[in-house]
Amino acid sequence: MTAGGKEGKMENLKALSYDLRKNVVDMIMEGKGGHIGGDMSVMDILVELYFEQMNISPEQMEDPDRDRFVMSKGHSVEALYAVLAAKGFFPIEQVIREFSKFGSKFIGHPNNKLPGIEMNSGSLGHGLPVCVGMALAGKMDKKAYRVYTVMGDGELAEGSVWEGVMAAHQYKLDNLCAVVDRNRLQISGNTEDVMSHDSQEERWSSFGWHVISIDGNNYQELKAAFEEAKTVKGSPTVIIANTVKGFGSPLMENKANWHHKVPNAEEYTQIMKDLETGKEAALHE
Amino acid sequence: MNKIPNRQAICEVLMERAKEDKDIVVLCSDSRGSASMTPFAERFPEQFVEVGIAEQNLVSISAGLAKCKKKPFAASPACFLSTRSYEQAKVDCAYSNTNVTLIGISGGISYGALGMSHHSAQDIAAMSAIPNMRVYLPSDRFQTAKLIEALLQDEKPSYIRVGRNAVEDIYTEDNCPFEMDRATVVCEGNDAAIIACGEMVKPAVDAAKLLEKEGISVSVVDMYCVKPLDKKTIIQAAEHAKLVVTAEEHAPFGGLGSMVSQVVAQECPKKVVNLALPDAPVITGNSREVFDHYGLNAEGIAKTIKENL
Ligand SMILES: Cc1ncc(C[n+]2csc(CCOP(=O)(O)OP(=O)(O)O)c2C)c(N)n1
Repeated sequence: MTAGGKEGKMENLKALSYDLRKNVVDMIMEGKGGHIGGDMSVMDILVELYFEQMNISPEQMEDPDRDRFVMSKGHSVEALYAVLAAKGFFPIEQVIREFSKFGSKFIGHPNNKLPGIEMNSGSLGHGLPVCVGMALAGKMDKKAYRVYTVMGDGELAEGSVWEGVMAAHQYKLDNLCAVVDRNRLQISGNTEDVMSHDSQEERWSSFGWHVISIDGNNYQELKAAFEEAKTVKGSPTVIIANTVKGFGSPLMENKANWHHKVPNAEEYTQIMKDLETGKEAALHE
Repeated sequence: MNKIPNRQAICEVLMERAKEDKDIVVLCSDSRGSASMTPFAERFPEQFVEVGIAEQNLVSISAGLAKCKKKPFAASPACFLSTRSYEQAKVDCAYSNTNVTLIGISGGISYGALGMSHHSAQDIAAMSAIPNMRVYLPSDRFQTAKLIEALLQDEKPSYIRVGRNAVEDIYTEDNCPFEMDRATVVCEGNDAAIIACGEMVKPAVDAAKLLEKEGISVSVVDMYCVKPLDKKTIIQAAEHAKLVVTAEEHAPFGGLGSMVSQVVAQECPKKVVNLALPDAPVITGNSREVFDHYGLNAEGIAKTIKENL
């Protein structure tokens, strides 16, 4: 049983997300590299954005009124590829076959030579300021489109993020919605040990942002948060999406060493089994 | 085949010296694993500073530490260290003349399929253009260790680039001739001279061996000290050769090739051919695949020499 068709609305996004996570694992196995932990935590945010929130599809990419998305945590590109493939931008089989291989266009970070990708990323701390520019342009042109970005929590240590945070408040960019994939891990371990991000909500609200804190692996909460953000006037919104790094397989969940680990054969079998179990449960919810 | 990458050689020297020298401080930006600095962080927690994913902060904090007599070694991916924190390197390290050693890890195109955001093909040009910044690209682990030992002896800023993968040895534990800021002549020859740095020294040496079999005699200069450039050795090598070839893992502008060409044009005009990466995002692939694609290997260097002699 598949969770959904090639494009349009999915009746069961949660089940779909497990299929897309499997695509991610296959890409990483084939390409012998990738950032699996953050792919798994961010997947539900991307699925909700692409399948419920944003007016983005292969037919709309030239539309000046399309919503804009920048994957600021560019290393989670495998999750983005899986979602874009499910939206019909390119065949998933091709991505899995070619990912990171010699001569491939499917490289380890977002690249706008590929359809569906607006901005190149990979160096952390760029996405939000770029989105400030996109949102400002939207205001200048009196457009109704919305601008979205997803950042990692480790990424928030970059000063450039906070320069963007200030500017978005200054220009009252209520068409801008940032999401923090708050999985509490980065390469060197727990974010709170590496460079603390405690009182995350207070930090953003003190900069004048509207803050919504949710379970970022829960579709009801994701949907409600994005809907609420649309109603906010005069200030940008940040969604602190509390997620689980490595979501979907206990083998990886909340373990820092799965930031960019490539599963061995045994681990692969276990992860795929866990993801299938998750999908079955989602289908019978 | 050697399994120890140059970054690990750096960590080993620093660990040895940090036992006695409590002013040595290593700083990382969520990069301790990729910098091979985890053993240092575990062994000397009081001499290790983690700044999180914040390369500008990394460099400025290092400069502050240095001004207060510490000996900071800031290790972060070369791509971010050399461009994200460029101004910090210029103003806080070079201009203020602080004793900061910037260690650019996974340099050049080491990160392969991760793409241009992760490649540092501009670092030689960028860092060399800063007055008072020295730039070093050691070739193997033995030379890397000697360089770090030498840098511990002075108090000036410098930028070192090392690659991610282990590279084959050029020297040995007992035979690694090293003089600070003097290039090492790996082999002598009088048909052509290859001047290379970093990971290109090994293919240069192999190219010389290939050509030797064909009766072409080639000298190889390991120009680990890109700045201050060892002009004397360049001139000596060029004077003895009919052709000079440079090889570097860098953009075609502003790197070793440009600098060597300047010296040769001025001091002993001769044909110089520069081998480098293209002025474009490089093709997707690991280091070996990318080097092979652009002829930055022994065969490619040998072919260039034969075509131009
Ligand atoms: C400017 C910059 N510095 C360093 C890196 C290397 N890097 C890639 S992923 C990563 C950790 C990211 O942690 P986080 O933002 O928490 O993302 P997640 O845990 O969701 O993967 C780092 C340091 C980078 N891509 N960009």
